Amino acid sequence: MDILKIENLTLSFNGKNILSNLNLKITEGIIHAIIGPNGAGKSTLASTIMGLEGFRNFEGEIYFKNQPLKGLGVYERARLGITLGWQEPARYEGLKVSQFIKASSKNKDKDSIIEAFNIVGIDYYEYHSRAVDKSLSGGERKKIELASIVAMQPSLVILDEPDSGIDIASLKNIFAAIKYLHEKDATIILITHSLEVLKQAEFAYLLCNGTILDEGKVSKIRKYFEGKCMPCPHKNIPLLSEIGKGV
Amino acid sequence: MEEDILYEAANLKDVIHDPTVARLVINKDKIVSSNIIKGMEIFPEEIKDGVKVKLVVKEGEIIEKPIHLCFGITEENAVQNIVIDADIEKNASVSLLAHCVFPLAKDILHKMDAKIHVGENAHYSYFEKHIHSKNGGVRVLPKTIVSLDSGARFKTEFELIKGRVGLIDIDIETKCLENSIMEVTSRINGTDEDKILIKETGYLIGENSRGVLTSRVALRDNAKAEIFNKIVATGAHSRGHVDCKEIVQDNAQASAIPIVEVKNSTAHVTHEASIGSVDSKQLETLMSRGLTEDAAVELIIQGLLS
Repeated sequence: MDILKIENLTLSFNGKNILSNLNLKITEGIIHAIIGPNGAGKSTLASTIMGLEGFRNFEGEIYFKNQPLKGLGVYERARLGITLGWQEPARYEGLKVSQFIKASSKNKDKDSIIEAFNIVGIDYYEYHSRAVDKSLSGGERKKIELASIVAMQPSLVILDEPDSGIDIASLKNIFAAIKYLHEKDATIILITHSLEVLKQAEFAYLLCNGTILDEGKVSKIRKYFEGKCMPCPHKNIPLLSEIGKGV
Repeated sequence: MEEDILYEAANLKDVIHDPTVARLVINKDKIVSSNIIKGMEIFPEEIKDGVKVKLVVKEGEIIEKPIHLCFGITEENAVQNIVIDADIEKNASVSLLAHCVFPLAKDILHKMDAKIHVGENAHYSYFEKHIHSKNGGVRVLPKTIVSLDSGARFKTEFELIKGRVGLIDIDIETKCLENSIMEVTSRINGTDEDKILIKETGYLIGENSRGVLTSRVALRDNAKAEIFNKIVATGAHSRGHVDCKEIVQDNAQASAIPIVEVKNSTAHVTHEASIGSVDSKQLETLMSRGLTEDAAVELIIQGLLS
């Protein structure tokens, strides 16, 4: 079953199409990757699915569990079970890590919150009373944001560049958390330009210049992305017929 | 007893019978409870519409447990003048926890004039928490002059986040001699027609003196705030920072005027000020976890003022 279906999605800013007639289907329970070079429209797509301010005035339609999302705000979409992990997580002066995670948590009990800490590899007793502010590194905030998603127990998780600002050791924690969410029946969309992140997915879409150029097994998309997209600084928009032939 | 309201609001019930904790409890213009411990002296004196207090912490004395002060009014309409003269002698150390409690206020004027001297290498920490009624009938006018001797440390925090502000007009001025450190922080939550005026001034006179002025204000409804923070650095290698953040919602209005003056080429003073609505990324992150906009704003403000 398709948990998310996007049909003919077009989003423009100042007369320029950032997303252009984009179509994709996300199958329930599967880890998907949407890979593309910088500027391809990946984060815009994530923001549009989540319904962030400035990303709601689109053409086409997005369906979540067959319900159209057009007109719904962030809160309403979250209540349906959608959430987003930001590429650069927000900082909150004075707000304690435990308060932040508890606010997101479906079960507000302490055990559930401690479990969320554990899943992303952060020590509850070391971090719970610290503030989610600039005293934490980008990697720490990334893990804390992921812990809040784990605690929320959503059905669709969009993670925008989950490896951004993360060291190699912490990347294992991020991937473990993705695996945990998957085991808990969450459907996951990894927005990335990293081959390492792409490997975590079971199905991939290739995004370029605001539209989906190809889809399929990770190995196929990886081969094309590695061979063609990575050397191309998003200048040469390939023909769809060329994509089908591979590298 | 009327004082029970004060003890309850000020969390004094646990310490009121503890002989090792120094305390002074004032209801309007009456001293209702006090305890003095070794190493310090408190000379309270009832004056017209208030109380005058002389506090001395003797040279070299380290007061382990915070001194509890409570300045309350259990009436609806009253005036309270508090005059404080604190002298923290050389190498002494003390922290004070003050509660100003006006739970029934309809028309209360609470004035405070404080003069604080922190001696050479002495430490003085003062946390003042206000607990007001919900109808805004309080006017709070605290004026404080602080002088720090060489190597002294002074830290003060003012918090008013429970109940209506009414009118508050804070004026604090600190002079820092060499190697001394001052930290002045205000956290205030304004709603309805509240009016908040904050004037914090620090003079970094001595070599290597340090100072930070921090203000955190959240405003809703028709509340107004004016914040004037100033650091003047004349001491060689002195360092200062002014940090002001105000969240403004609804029809509230805020202004912030950070002034930094450097009169010594080896000194360095920085400032940052921001006024505006709640950051959209903070808000949308919390909303994407299922919080309503109101709940998300409340949590962000709670953090800012904590």
